[in-house]
Amino acid sequence: MTERVHTITRPVLEVSDLNVRFPASRDWLGRPTSHVHAVNGVTLQVRGGRSLGIVGESGCGKSTLAQAIIGLAPYEQGRVAIDGQDFQTAQGRQKRDLRQKMQIVFQDPQSSLDRRLPVWRLISEPLHIRGGHSNAELHAKAEQLAAAVGLRPEHLDRLPHEFSGGQRQRIAIARAISTDPDLLVLDEPTSALDVSVQAQIVNLLLKLQRERGLTYLLISHDVALVRHFCDDVAVMYLGQIVESGPADEVLGNPRHPYTQTLLASAPSFETPLPTLAELRIGELPNNRKLPTGCFYRERCAKAVAGCEAPQVLQRLGDGRRQARCHLAQG
Amino acid sequence: MMTTGIVESRGQALAIHNLSLEFPTFSGAIKALDNVSINVAKAEIVGIVGESGCGKSVTTMAATGLLPKGRYRVTGGSVRIFGHSTLAMDESQLQDVRGKMVSTIFQEPMNALNPTIRIGKQLTDVIMRHEEASLTDARRIARDILADMLIGEPERVMNLYPFELSGGMRQRVLIAMAFSCNPGLIIADEPTTALDVTVQAVILRLIQNRARRTGTSVIFISHNVAVVSQLCDRLYVMYAGRIVEQGATRTVLDAPQHPYTQALLRCLPERVAPKQELEAITGAVPNLMHPPAGCYFQPRCKEAVDLCRSRSPQLEGADGRQVACWRRGVGPEISEQGSRQ
Ligand SMILES: Nc1ncnc2c1ncn2[C@@H]1O[C@H](COP(=O)(O)OP(=O)(O)OP(=O)(O)O)[C@@H](O)[C@H]1O
Ligand SMILES: Nc1ncnc2c1ncn2[C@@H]1O[C@H](COP(=O)(O)OP(=O)(O)O)[C@@H](O)[C@H]1O
Ligand code: SF4
Ligand code: SF4
Ligand SMILES: [Mg+2]
Ligand SMILES: [Mg+2]
Repeated sequence: MTERVHTITRPVLEVSDLNVRFPASRDWLGRPTSHVHAVNGVTLQVRGGRSLGIVGESGCGKSTLAQAIIGLAPYEQGRVAIDGQDFQTAQGRQKRDLRQKMQIVFQDPQSSLDRRLPVWRLISEPLHIRGGHSNAELHAKAEQLAAAVGLRPEHLDRLPHEFSGGQRQRIAIARAISTDPDLLVLDEPTSALDVSVQAQIVNLLLKLQRERGLTYLLISHDVALVRHFCDDVAVMYLGQIVESGPADEVLGNPRHPYTQTLLASAPSFETPLPTLAELRIGELPNNRKLPTGCFYRERCAKAVAGCEAPQVLQRLGDGRRQARCHLAQG
Repeated sequence: MMTTGIVESRGQALAIHNLSLEFPTFSGAIKALDNVSINVAKAEIVGIVGESGCGKSVTTMAATGLLPKGRYRVTGGSVRIFGHSTLAMDESQLQDVRGKMVSTIFQEPMNALNPTIRIGKQLTDVIMRHEEASLTDARRIARDILADMLIGEPERVMNLYPFELSGGMRQRVLIAMAFSCNPGLIIADEPTTALDVTVQAVILRLIQNRARRTGTSVIFISHNVAVVSQLCDRLYVMYAGRIVEQGATRTVLDAPQHPYTQALLRCLPERVAPKQELEAITGAVPNLMHPPAGCYFQPRCKEAVDLCRSRSPQLEGADGRQVACWRRGVGPEISEQGSRQ
């Protein structure tokens, strides 16, 4: 009994103080002389069977964070652990096993699938890479997975270009769950789809989560989608988490000034368009030279004395909510 | 010919009447528009919503002569912009209309700006072409309108090249350009789809404020119903090249009538409890080369009856509120069909 509770609630994904930077310029020896600072000290946890949403504007580092988590972007500082095991330092067989425990689904189903391979090969490719399966076994496995995502058996021998965007996303999802992963990273999985198709894919992902206890990290621009889909949410700005906590709390009553602006700007049926005075025109600061003090300061309407000091993510009250702003303590 | 019709349509910025249009291809004609009627009054902000491929862009591009020449065929209907019939115009007349009466803002501002020419010159060229202003006057107008679009340091921005601006800045420059020659009608075709919501909200406000202040009419095309709900007075819903519903924005969104509009709103996560199943629309949009007989929504419609499979419903209802569905309204055929169930 206690054993079971333990497995349900333990974090499947743990990220601590992750920093990712890319060389922006090099000297004549090819050594980097400056960097793009894409992810700047991200710490987060997602417990088994739950969903964490990451929101924030274009370029704030969401995809880079996702890539670092699944091992596609190298990092020099920080730690990513899947089921308690450090991925970057793992070697050999352990690394391969860990790699199979997490999969990613991208925004653009068109470009993320090899256009020359039939659907059954696409779906079973991660299993093929793992090895030890005959073609007949792979085909049979692909058939089961196709059924799980709502594709029909006759689809299996077709090529991806014969499918609509929504169907291609089903193929990508079938492929992602083929290794029976614990964690699925979903990087804007429905942004390229019409809302009626988005609804199908969202339903499918929620169903798979219920059936298989999957853990999700969902990256999205769409606040309404995150509110619907996620238990928890983290708001990113310039490579940092500025606010995090239960989705209904953060999105229902934002405490960080950036989250407040983001939510006021999100299109809504209920609230009228905010006035220009309520909106803050502005863009992400340059991430080659990070600001000192609060990263949001140059756009923040509430900036006061004290904001020139670096801000840390602090727990608000006794709940699970955290914000990176000294005024949010309130 | 530019004078006919001005008198009778004085109140209308745009009057598209029963427009049908197809794209001939080797394997058959794509029937992109079927009997589309859209009216935009002066100073009105009108939205067109619908999923990708439903004909939103083709409608407005056909109206302003922006479709590729020789690649399409108008099979019926008429278009008037401030009373001028545009379908029969040659390219130079169309350019005149596009310069003086209508401006279009597209989704990707980079394509609409010349990458090798500074922002200031591109703006003043447009202004001088249409306003017969001196260079000094044109620069002043350009500066004012950039400032109006909340571009700080307009003088500095005028000396930059398009690639030196962010996407949101470029889109504001394009909106400045669109408004700079005081057109009576602005067509905004998904102008914020590629932008962050924080920038989007600002841009929607800028378009709305300036249009209201100058009495400019706006057609706002979007696949995002929430965006349209915040901006538009009136709304057209398109499905597979047809208008299925039209009315005041709040009325259509609060009490949608057409089964497609109802389904479209029900599949949004906004109005459903977290994690609850969304009501997806089953099936897919029809192939416009071989559309189904009768109502185009019929293969996906839960309310379809026999009549829907044989005859196309027309937009019916008073001007303010129209729906194209056999199961809505009060005509004799409709009640007969309705009672069959
Ligand atoms: N391979 C790379 N080399 C250099 N810079 C990069 C690289 N990948 C990302 N960046 C930079 O890192 C920052 C974060 O990018 P990222 O793609 O993670 O943003 P994002 O939040 O996913 O944005 P979007 O919402 O547009 O997808 C940006 O400044 C981007 O230009
Ligand atoms: N130049 C073209 N040649 C052939 N088909 C076209 C062309 N332009 C648009 N279409 C077709 O017309 C239909 C409507 O397209 P469009 O108006 O662009 O849709 P949207 O509502 O997304 O703006 C689609 O089926 C599209 O494929
Ligand atoms: S720390 Fe200051 S500048 Fe930063 S978000 Fe809070 S109030 Fe604004
Ligand atoms: S006409 Fe018939 S098929 Fe079409 S929307 Fe109405 S009920 Fe449905
Ligand atoms: Mg991204
Ligand atoms: Mg379009």
